[in-house]
Amino acid sequence: MPADGGIGASTKRREDVRFLTGNGNYTDDINANGQAYVYFLRSEMAHAKINGIDTSDAEKMDGVIRIFTGEDFVEVGGVPCGWEVTDRFGNAMQEPRHPILAHGKARHVGDPICAIVAETLEQARDAAEAIELDLEELPAVIDMKSALAKDSPKVHDELESNLCYDWGFVEENRDAVDEAIKNAHHVTTLELRNNRLIANPMEPRVAIGMFDRTTDEHTLYTTSQNPHVIRLLMGAFVLGIPEHKLRVISPDVGGGFGTKIFHYAEEAFCTFAAKAVNRPVKWTCSRSEAFVSDAHGRDHVTKIELAMDKDGNFLALRTDTHANMGAYLSTFAPSVPTWLHGTLMAGNYKTPLIYVNVKAVFTNTVPVDAYRGAGRPEASFQLERVIDKAAHEMGIDPIELRRQNFITEFPYATPVAVEYDTGDYNATMDKMIEIADLAGFEKRAAESADNGKLRGIGVNCYIEACGIAPSNLVGQLGARAGLYESATVRVNATGSISVMTGSHSHGQGHETAFPQVIADMLGIDASQVDIVHGDTSKVPMGMGTYGSRSLAVGGSAMVRATEKIINKAKKIAAHLLEASEGDIELKDGQFTVAGTDKSVAWGDVTLAAYVPHNYPLEDLEPGLEETAFYDPANFTYPSGAYACEVEVDPETGKVTIERFSAADDFGNIVNPMIVDGQVHGGIGQGIGQALLEQAVYDDDGQLISGSYMDYAMPRADDVPFYTVDHSCQTPCTHNPLGVKGCGEAGAIGSPPAVVNAVVDALRRAGQDITHIDMPLTPSRVWQAMQS
Amino acid sequence: MTQVTMTVNGKAVSGEAEGRTLLSQFLRDGLGLTGTHVGCDTSQCGACSVHVNGKLVKSCTMFAIEADGAEVSTVEGEADEDGTLSTIQQAFQEHHGLQCGFCTPGMVMATKSLLAENPKPTEAEIRAYLSGNICRCTGYHNIVKAIMAASGQDVSAIAAE
Amino acid sequence: MYAFDVETPSSVAEAVAALKDEEATALGGGQTLIPTLKQRLAAPEKLVSLSGIAEMKGISTDGGVLTIGGATPHVEVAAQGDFPALAALAGNIGDPAVRNRGTIGGSLANNDPSACYPSAVLGTGATIVTNTREIAADDYFQGMFTTALEDDEIITAVRFPIPKAASYQKFDQPASRFALVGVFVAKTADGVRVAVTGASEDGVFRWTEAEEALNKEFRSDALMDLDINAMNMIGDLHGTKEYRAHLVKVMTRRAINAIG
Repeated sequence: MPADGGIGASTKRREDVRFLTGNGNYTDDINANGQAYVYFLRSEMAHAKINGIDTSDAEKMDGVIRIFTGEDFVEVGGVPCGWEVTDRFGNAMQEPRHPILAHGKARHVGDPICAIVAETLEQARDAAEAIELDLEELPAVIDMKSALAKDSPKVHDELESNLCYDWGFVEENRDAVDEAIKNAHHVTTLELRNNRLIANPMEPRVAIGMFDRTTDEHTLYTTSQNPHVIRLLMGAFVLGIPEHKLRVISPDVGGGFGTKIFHYAEEAFCTFAAKAVNRPVKWTCSRSEAFVSDAHGRDHVTKIELAMDKDGNFLALRTDTHANMGAYLSTFAPSVPTWLHGTLMAGNYKTPLIYVNVKAVFTNTVPVDAYRGAGRPEASFQLERVIDKAAHEMGIDPIELRRQNFITEFPYATPVAVEYDTGDYNATMDKMIEIADLAGFEKRAAESADNGKLRGIGVNCYIEACGIAPSNLVGQLGARAGLYESATVRVNATGSISVMTGSHSHGQGHETAFPQVIADMLGIDASQVDIVHGDTSKVPMGMGTYGSRSLAVGGSAMVRATEKIINKAKKIAAHLLEASEGDIELKDGQFTVAGTDKSVAWGDVTLAAYVPHNYPLEDLEPGLEETAFYDPANFTYPSGAYACEVEVDPETGKVTIERFSAADDFGNIVNPMIVDGQVHGGIGQGIGQALLEQAVYDDDGQLISGSYMDYAMPRADDVPFYTVDHSCQTPCTHNPLGVKGCGEAGAIGSPPAVVNAVVDALRRAGQDITHIDMPLTPSRVWQAMQS
Repeated sequence: MTQVTMTVNGKAVSGEAEGRTLLSQFLRDGLGLTGTHVGCDTSQCGACSVHVNGKLVKSCTMFAIEADGAEVSTVEGEADEDGTLSTIQQAFQEHHGLQCGFCTPGMVMATKSLLAENPKPTEAEIRAYLSGNICRCTGYHNIVKAIMAASGQDVSAIAAE
Repeated sequence: MYAFDVETPSSVAEAVAALKDEEATALGGGQTLIPTLKQRLAAPEKLVSLSGIAEMKGISTDGGVLTIGGATPHVEVAAQGDFPALAALAGNIGDPAVRNRGTIGGSLANNDPSACYPSAVLGTGATIVTNTREIAADDYFQGMFTTALEDDEIITAVRFPIPKAASYQKFDQPASRFALVGVFVAKTADGVRVAVTGASEDGVFRWTEAEEALNKEFRSDALMDLDINAMNMIGDLHGTKEYRAHLVKVMTRRAINAIG
């Protein structure tokens, strides 16, 4: 492992110093002169007709500056959706309007109805209580299958039904899959739910809108994973502000996990209101508010069928999924159960025929969108659970059943439209078996039994598609944006470097890892490179950070820009050394003429670029600054094998995670320490999904797990130390770094491992249990053991 | 409004507070000490953890008036004057015990309090002590490891580095 | 939060005087009240902080009775050695920061149906001492969030008769870490007492059938034939009524085994 701070070094994070000393600059730490505060009066009913809003008393209250209602926003655009899915009949999805403030109807608990701008937050809240809302409660649409019944009330009266789309993939395979399943030796069927989750980054969302009348310029500070996307969506589609008059800044952001990708009404509101009241307007979301206003994740109900021949070879796979969209279409919501889910249903296996049907449904709940993994955890969970059940039914060892169906030759075109470039699933499986010490399981199980506990082990594989994404491909699939990434590498006169990246770090450590790449390419010290991100006025148009894309796409843009720098610098060096450009080599920060001892240092070349006294001005512009936009040729395909060991307390049903092992193939690794941390965090969230977390609505549409009192966040004593390994490396073939992405893997790979382990523990104890829906709370496990 | 006086990170400070002004608000809005974060409103996440008279408290669940006359320490007071990180801070950096950094000030203050009470805590004791500090990024692995290291324990056997 | 004043009296008498105001509410450690105020679910005009009253703090043991001042935080109860089962209970309430602020008097005055302390008070037959009177545990708890306290009455101390042996077994609600079910079993001078928290719609209660069985024979097997009625149990997303009824039995058994 290199110790020089280049690629492969576990360089300690430079950003930690400010975070550890309380000097981070999060959005809520920012206060503008003269700022006013906004409080959103949100619907307490899941579904209600707004018959009237009387703000007259509230407007007279102390400190109130202005009260806004849906009427104020009829002239501006709604919150846009960034992805249009075409259904299996060739029709566009049903796409309702999503007003900034509810208009006509409120459609979920938390839907903002009024916005009160006041001198203080408490004054705004006081005024909110003085607003008289005349709401007529309507029957709430909560259960997805009931929502599709002919006589169901509609979330959106202007739409034909509550069905957003009925998507089939690959539609041409539908009949062949049906036929294969009908004729198969054995079909394993499983019905399961992928529980609804709330991302809960520890920093709640914040937005501060500012407006400068003298220049007509808007500035929005917001807790976003992708400030340029917010600028584009909000500027072009909501408020009609041209980009040069709209600056969006996302400073330090305290975690995202997907839910800070999306453009939210509150951002548009603060931007709009700052101009309307000619004051900066600040909104700080409380955690309670976050539960009913941050987009939720997952919430799929699926029936999956796996057809096999008598030897356990996979012949066909059919899934039928209902995916909850919530009350409105959040920014990327339609893509999650479709292109981010259906395309991964092959998993690590050479199943020749696959058909995925997804019905996306509107309900009177908070919108649902991408959460760490986004569609891929749902795919992996179904597949790896049904394979586990199939192994049991067929009497085949679950590891062997997986191995016999592994894809072993690459590139491999799946029947669900993607081409895996590289992978070695047997290698990660072997590594997992080693690090998890599967050989020692029986001994540990016996020890557990001595303590009155049931021990079980679950294994599974996963594959995901990261490095989102080839723009022309996603354009064909309905994306309303490109998914390239940008970087500007600005070399300063004395050789230090500022890199402006369109990627956005909200915990991933870009400020440390990105300079490692440049240092490695140029042979200079990483401390000479700084990263600038999160400000649309400083950084070229970029698409931000999600889908494990920063290094694979943003890093690749940085490499491309640096390559341009090197090319130009070599020309300058050739001039200075009076040599041919083709003979110039760059090594350890020195340009040398091949085969000679003639050399010029990096810093002399960069100085020449900006002080071009001895410079080929007739052939070459001065300066040394290059921008690259990198559009990936394909997704990347990280994969791995996970193992979880649990103990179940047979008296209470309580599950404890005793061991967790993850063997991942992320291709090349830039900073192993950071990669480990990403996997740890993903596993922590995956264990949370499997054992603890659930967003639960009652029949009236009230969110009954609406705070940390009822929504169980994983704590330190809910999880063990994890054993992670990423020594199996099959580098990505199509990006210059050979990297695949590691941000989501842990959250994708871990839930099936946990559930497989609990089912295994119960089976070993003689229980005839094939599945328990997540989260596997003590109550649920105990209940399952009683039947 | 009431005038409230306290010592924060060794310096005497005073400011106005309403009855309902929380200590976290007094620190953040009144004194500009924005290292103390607010991550929830039900007193569970612990991002706002500070010490009052040497005791770990959630500054979002205590009124500023109740801290009148008290000695308060926040994360801003942890490093030396010259910027040298404390042992705990160094261990968090060394072992990658933070990612987004939002829960980190609370984690640092909780760790300081833990190690004062229990200089060589076991893994289980550390995990139990952190029950009031939620981190969403790290899966806690490197936080627990960092705390063990900060207490002078050998962490080389703990998997993954 | 709505606007209110905070008064910080230094004696019980001053506090009681301040609480004569109808719009005043007593503030203990605030670990429950402050989150409630943030949601604007309470609108006192005045909070009377009890945490600065020296005479309401501290722990003493005399003649087999442990007396804890009403404003004593959980962390101090956890540190005392005369009543280990109570120390263990207090040391597992909330989290370290909560234990530094939250007080026994505050917890008992609130009487959350899932709080830990009520089970110890009821399970030992403790006495609630207020500024005006003494209330026996059996008379004090009157259903969830309801107690025998008058509006301007303050819990100045709690007197626990230290049992011969006792154990508290708590099964955590995974989110709040309150008791999904907590059972306090004590061998007292007057026989075995079994108090259950977290489980019932009516708040903490004594499981008298178990007490009778254990008075005959203090063994976990004595519970074998007992069934607890699930009807009045709390049923929610963390556990059905039946599950809670089951846990009452399991936790009681564990407490008995822990006592030995």
